[in-house]
Amino acid sequence: MSREPYLLPNGRVLRYSFNERMIHWMAGLSYVYLLLTGLAFWSPWLFWIAVVLGGATTSRELHPWFGVIFFIAVCLMFRMWGAQMQETPEDKAWWNNVGHYIRNEDDKMPSAGRFNGGQKLLFWGFFWNAVALLLTGLVLWFPHWIPWSLRFLRLVAVIVHPIAALLTIGLFIIHVYMGTAMERGAFGSVIRGDVSRAWANHHHHTWFQQILRDSEARK
Amino acid sequence: MSQAATEIVRISGHAGSVPGAGLNREFRVAKLVDTTTCIGCKACEVACLEWNGYTFTETTFDNSYQTMPETAWSYWNLIKFNEHEREDGSMMLLMRKDQCMHCADPGCLAACPADGAIVQFANGIVDFQEANCIGCGYCISGCPFNIPKFSPEARKVFKCTLCNDRVSQGLEPACIKACPTGCLHFGTKLEMNELAETRAKQLREHSGFPDAGVYDPPGVGGTHVIYVLHDAKNPELYGGLPKDPTIPVTVQLWKHPLKWLGNLAIVGGLVGVFVHFLRFGPKEVIEDEPVTKGEVGEKR
Repeated sequence: MSREPYLLPNGRVLRYSFNERMIHWMAGLSYVYLLLTGLAFWSPWLFWIAVVLGGATTSRELHPWFGVIFFIAVCLMFRMWGAQMQETPEDKAWWNNVGHYIRNEDDKMPSAGRFNGGQKLLFWGFFWNAVALLLTGLVLWFPHWIPWSLRFLRLVAVIVHPIAALLTIGLFIIHVYMGTAMERGAFGSVIRGDVSRAWANHHHHTWFQQILRDSEARK
Repeated sequence: MSQAATEIVRISGHAGSVPGAGLNREFRVAKLVDTTTCIGCKACEVACLEWNGYTFTETTFDNSYQTMPETAWSYWNLIKFNEHEREDGSMMLLMRKDQCMHCADPGCLAACPADGAIVQFANGIVDFQEANCIGCGYCISGCPFNIPKFSPEARKVFKCTLCNDRVSQGLEPACIKACPTGCLHFGTKLEMNELAETRAKQLREHSGFPDAGVYDPPGVGGTHVIYVLHDAKNPELYGGLPKDPTIPVTVQLWKHPLKWLGNLAIVGGLVGVFVHFLRFGPKEVIEDEPVTKGEVGEKR
């Protein structure tokens, strides 16, 4: 990946390749469907969502299939980003300064690599919760296949599935807020794929400096 | 509730007391199954199939007199057989009519997310409204008695209705009507409890079953199907009747504390990010900020 030309001819920086964007949206769109139909089953006050989406019977039929699509996307993300999401000493420094990050005191933030500590938390949070959601979701998909003697599987699933879903909802709210409202330029990076040099230098200094050094070395 | 509409509480311009005031009418119904007089003839199984319009299909032989291992989506009434050897070496053939217990505190209803798919009537009958069922199967997880069964064809869940269609017309359930030994009774909950207690006392005092008793489990608020058992201390002997059934604890946790904690967390999260935006605004990058070339990892 590091051999790919990151500095684009238009003077911008490639942040996410076409593959990365595709997989991101495969996960993102399937997650939104899962979230909406899941919320409909979660609370009677939100049951109307399933009605809007074609009826609760349809939602019940499709929710597991979208879950499979989502899990495949998460697996592809793991293959694509897993190595880059390993924790580094930089992430520790990032978390120690997270208060500055929240208060937008970016000048006091330590330098971050391609993914900062918060993004890595998002990744691993989604990854492990997706594993839990898949395993419990399979039980909830076919509850009638579970014999009475193994009913503890159902009883574990009915409580673990919503807990894991709630954890992802917390991550999702922060992720969508940051990606659309808080970090100007971030949404464009996952749609068009590129960011400005200033953006790259500001938010992911270590990563951008590496790109500059790589490009010098290639000359 | 039609009976309530005929019960007068106050009368205008009426001298003297209101006739029938203070009358305590019992709306709750119950089915009483006396396992001690059941002969395992399965007439109730056939009556159930006939009344509900199901046909008999091929089943699994389980080395017992039992028609099939457990009730099915189109077979709501099953006599469970158990050959039980007592401590004195004598053998008992225990037979128990298994069907929906119509809990006062139904786990299926608590677990169901579909609006109107499960209702509980004032007479105690818990009924599935298949038109509203979405086939999720949460009721299967919520039931402590292994009763709701999923139909792969209809993709909905079915169970015994306590013949709600008959009871609402003043008839007894089909199984009761078919029973030849009189081990099945139907009436108000109070009458059935009384009858059951009388029979249990008789068994204790005159028939040599000192542990005979009534099964009306309080963990689910009592049931609208109650049993007389020779050995009320070991209900498991009767085809796995649970000793102290309750709504499963994880279903209770999910539907009560988790639901409110989760709702609070979701709303809190949404409010939190909104307030954050009002307070701190977006992270803007000044586009003409000089792009420094520094050492990797250096603190700017």
